[in-house]
Amino acid sequence: MNAYMPYILCLILFCIGIYAVLSKRNIIKIILGVVIAEYAVNLFLILVAYKTGGRAAIFSATENIPPQSMVDPLPHALVLTSIVIGLATTAFMIALAIRLYGKYGTFDITRMRELRG
Amino acid sequence: MIELYVLLGLMIAGAIIAIEVKNLLSAVVAVGIVGLGLSIIFLLLKAPDVALTQIVVEIAAVILLIRATLHRDIALKPCGSRPFGGFLAILFLGLAVLAGALTFSGGLNPFGSPLMTVSEFYPMNAVAGTGAVNVVSSVILDYRAYDTLGEATVLFTAVVGVLTVMRSKGKKKEEDLQGNNE
Repeated sequence: MNAYMPYILCLILFCIGIYAVLSKRNIIKIILGVVIAEYAVNLFLILVAYKTGGRAAIFSATENIPPQSMVDPLPHALVLTSIVIGLATTAFMIALAIRLYGKYGTFDITRMRELRG
Repeated sequence: MIELYVLLGLMIAGAIIAIEVKNLLSAVVAVGIVGLGLSIIFLLLKAPDVALTQIVVEIAAVILLIRATLHRDIALKPCGSRPFGGFLAILFLGLAVLAGALTFSGGLNPFGSPLMTVSEFYPMNAVAGTGAVNVVSSVILDYRAYDTLGEATVLFTAVVGVLTVMRSKGKKKEEDLQGNNE
């Protein structure tokens, strides 16, 4: 089970984010929960790509680096995209939170009566 | 890989502090700890491009979050839990742990031995095929360039959305018009 230990810690981090999203009342705490869960998912993909004793996926002009010794470059490229999109969605959520604060005067989602379904 | 476990423990501690602390500004700073620890972990896992992006994005995110929480008196107001939140949280955490257990016992390779059947192609052919020595940049800018185009589209849409939501000029004009009509 020791071989899966980083994955388990990553799952714990994801669970902390999910817990914040589901049980907190302050909208900023909910945004922080989404951000933490997103970090955990990015970290999981990079953990999956790691090879023991591997090298960064960059060739060198002076040194001969065999391609078999490199870590998996595909998740790195996809996570690069995912991080930037995560910033965009975070900025949008914060803009919505600021507008909600301007309208209702609170960050507490249980006090925004008109949003009740 | 003891540094990896130390940093992961720091990140988990920072996440718990960010969720449970009462002061919103402290919570935002604790999330900054999580993000910067994540960027160092990316460096340890031999992903320098991702680490650089993560540092820049983390700083921008913390600045935005501080913009949302500072300059207002709400930073010290207490924030509780919501009704049925505990029940929902237990339900979904149980589901997440179950999915994790199924994944670990099923097809996931152990840490340190990735499944390279698809992505073996990229290090083998990157230099000959694209002329880029950095395999990651050859993937995002050449092999999967449409992916990056989609990323730019999402970024543009988010910026337009933020500008639309944050703009208060149009509403004022409408009120002025109503005032004139009355």
